[in-house]
Amino acid sequence: MNRYPLWKYLMVLVVVLVGLFYAAPNLFGESPAVQITAAKTNTKVDSALLENTENILKQENIPFEALFLDATGVKVRFPNTDIQLQAKDALQARLGKDYVIALNLLSRSPEWLRSIGARPMYLGLDLRGGVHFLLQVDMKAALDQAAERYVGDFRSALRTARLSYLGVSRDGQAVNVRFKDTAELSKGQRTLEKEYPDLTFRSSDRGGDKVLTAVLSEPAKKRIQEFALKQNIQTLHNRINELGVAEPVIQQQGLDRVVVQLPGVQDTAKAKEILGRTATLEIRMVDEDKSNAITLENASKGQVPFGTEFYTDRNGIPMLVKKNVILTGDYITDAGPGMDQQGGGAVVHVTLDGRGARIFKQATRENVGKRMAILLIEKGQAEVITAPVIREEIGGGRVQISGMANTQEATDVALLLRAGALAAPMEIIEERTVGPSMGEANIERGMHSTLWGFVAISVFMIAYYMLFGSVSVLALSINLLLLVALLSMLQATLTLPGIAAVALTLGMAIDANVLINERIREELRNGNTPQASIHAGYERAFGTILDANVTTMIAGLALFMFGTGPVKGFAVVHVLGILTSMFSAVLVSRAVINLIYGYRRKISKLSIG
Amino acid sequence: MEFFRIKKDIPFMSYGRLTTTISLVTFLLSVFFLATKGLHLGVDFTGGTMMEVSYPQAANLDSIRKSVDEIGLKDATVQNFGTSQDVLIRLPIKPGLSTAQLSDQVLDALSKAEPAVKLHRVEFVGPQVGQELYDKGALAMLFVCVGIMAYLAMRFEWRFAVAAVIANMHDVIIILGFFAFFQWEFNLTVLAAVLAVLGYSVNESVVVFDRVRENFRKMRKASVPDVINNAITRTMSRTIITHFSTELMVLSMLFFGGEVLHNFALALTIGILFGIYSSVLVASPIAMYLGVSRENLIGGEKKPEAEEVLP
Repeated sequence: MNRYPLWKYLMVLVVVLVGLFYAAPNLFGESPAVQITAAKTNTKVDSALLENTENILKQENIPFEALFLDATGVKVRFPNTDIQLQAKDALQARLGKDYVIALNLLSRSPEWLRSIGARPMYLGLDLRGGVHFLLQVDMKAALDQAAERYVGDFRSALRTARLSYLGVSRDGQAVNVRFKDTAELSKGQRTLEKEYPDLTFRSSDRGGDKVLTAVLSEPAKKRIQEFALKQNIQTLHNRINELGVAEPVIQQQGLDRVVVQLPGVQDTAKAKEILGRTATLEIRMVDEDKSNAITLENASKGQVPFGTEFYTDRNGIPMLVKKNVILTGDYITDAGPGMDQQGGGAVVHVTLDGRGARIFKQATRENVGKRMAILLIEKGQAEVITAPVIREEIGGGRVQISGMANTQEATDVALLLRAGALAAPMEIIEERTVGPSMGEANIERGMHSTLWGFVAISVFMIAYYMLFGSVSVLALSINLLLLVALLSMLQATLTLPGIAAVALTLGMAIDANVLINERIREELRNGNTPQASIHAGYERAFGTILDANVTTMIAGLALFMFGTGPVKGFAVVHVLGILTSMFSAVLVSRAVINLIYGYRRKISKLSIG
Repeated sequence: MEFFRIKKDIPFMSYGRLTTTISLVTFLLSVFFLATKGLHLGVDFTGGTMMEVSYPQAANLDSIRKSVDEIGLKDATVQNFGTSQDVLIRLPIKPGLSTAQLSDQVLDALSKAEPAVKLHRVEFVGPQVGQELYDKGALAMLFVCVGIMAYLAMRFEWRFAVAAVIANMHDVIIILGFFAFFQWEFNLTVLAAVLAVLGYSVNESVVVFDRVRENFRKMRKASVPDVINNAITRTMSRTIITHFSTELMVLSMLFFGGEVLHNFALALTIGILFGIYSSVLVASPIAMYLGVSRENLIGGEKKPEAEEVLP
């Protein structure tokens, strides 16, 4: 009665073997490595790049341990960090800015293990060091910006339709157009309604003027917000690529939040600055008609003429800049630092896309002799970098921005512009940074907790239940093995609370074996034969084990559903651990006990203490 | 080896009044401390910044306080953390101040005073996130209670479900009471421990209830208290050994797990100790008072109208 059919033994054996394979990569440790990925979507990462990388390393006489191509990019492993850094610089110089060269750690597990997809567990930031940010996108600002754009668009639309109007202004997220009389208004409304179906129009009387108010419809608002979030995520991707981080995580969370995780980043201040910079570029015209000594004097005291804003540029020259935006950073395809050919000094070369180039060409043609202000807007603060006089029409979409303080600033501004603008400002609302030494200490702490707890339980179980105790300990080891294998297979993030969950799961999983062993003892005490006792012990205990695990599972699932960060890490391991413990405590231990006792004719006594 | 060779059933149920009274008192004390002292919530829930830094030699807390004061952060608390070299700095949320940059400013100030300072950990939680984590925590707790109750009601009977959940809530409140009384920091990891205890200590009740049901089938003539007494006595050995094993693991975490896992392990320890007590000496009497009987348990599996026998 205590014999399993052959397939059950085989199944246990196969599961344990698979577990061994997939848990194995965790034993090999990690080497410093360099990871090469594409900086742009159209750059190819293929075997040609692999060959190229190998050639470069050979030419530069840089020794490497392994070189391979996988789904994310080309990876090269090095014997130590000095060589790793040397290789990074060499590769960066030779491959150019089409590729992102990032430092990384890679498992030293052999080729064949990698080929079956066996990878070590994916360590969370608290174990490997790095930064975790939660960013909140300011949706109100995104909508304000959209409204501001309509102000400009309305003016040109009304002008093209040759309709007269008194003024266009933004009031919160609504745009007001003032007309002289109702006839003008209804004509204007017809024109605008045709051109902007996303807007809802409403007319009213305000002190003699007829006012047409346009507000965004709900679906349009939603679309703008979705777009802002997508654009911000894209921008973050670009910026992080510039930082050169291996395996960054950039994910949308909820409707207006983005999670950014940068493993291994040491300089968090730099990372924060790059991510948090909401710099956008705006090109607007200086209002030359209204700029005279008196208005400028008044404006500096706060009386700014309607439709303009007061700025002083870096040389302290005051000016009134029109609110109407001609171009934003959205139209920029490339930007790079450089030196001015004629005047010397640092400049930024900007390339505009087709539409941007057209707009720019038209604006410069219409405004020859006037000044054009280039504004860098950071954290809601706009700064006029430079306001050159337009000498002639500028076509071709190539613009040079002078007025940079030094080459470092030119490089920074170029990076910001190239990496794209954020569609809406973002704020860091949660940060968790763990230093690399702390990460290692955490791994050690987690390991020691698990190890010594395991040893203590093993000693106790073997002393208390003898052979059955040893089998329980074996089952518990297999539980640990399977749990590690499962975590490696799923590449679930392992955090310190996750390791705590491993320890706790082992501590709780022994419950099943205790239940079984106690049940067998009880059956023996009741005078049953050893074989019958084993059978009854396992059978009777199973229902209880199932019930107990289901309730624990409910708690685990709740943690998973409602948990974030450390709690989620705990929950994942906890839930998986319950599954593996059901298997190992019931099936594996039974299989072993069956092998030991099931084939004996006569048993006088069970070794159960 | 065998520790528990108990020949006669221990009359646990006759102590029912005493044990439930003890529970009630500890429960009320916990509620009292929770109400008066309140939980010492970590930055996870309150929002704010927490920084852990370390020095190569014993840290001079006064000079650190001075450095932090100098950059205008008067509300910061500075304290040792684990060893004399490790320092924990907490900065509360200040309205109108960009808190994300705060940790950088502090680190700057500290490294000006002592360049050897090393940053181990920064946790910054904005006020809106703190509130959310708090709400989600409460929601998770509710979900676990309802989930467990539904499962037990389905698998056993509603009286058992109610009894088990009361017993477990009692554990949770007592853990929280301890945290309030000693003003230990309550953070997300501790919350995970509390919820794990909730799931774990239900195990205990399940094991006893399972036995009770089995006994109702076997001990046809015994009275309800006798049946429960027998069930508890027979499962006692397992209860204590299991909890002892789990506690071994938790103690290992308490000693080796470092500061991050310290409060987590504390919460588990309290939870495990009171878990034994409550599931044996609280859940069963409550189930009895609620009127579990042979009919509604065994019969209940076949005819749900068994509830009609209730007065």
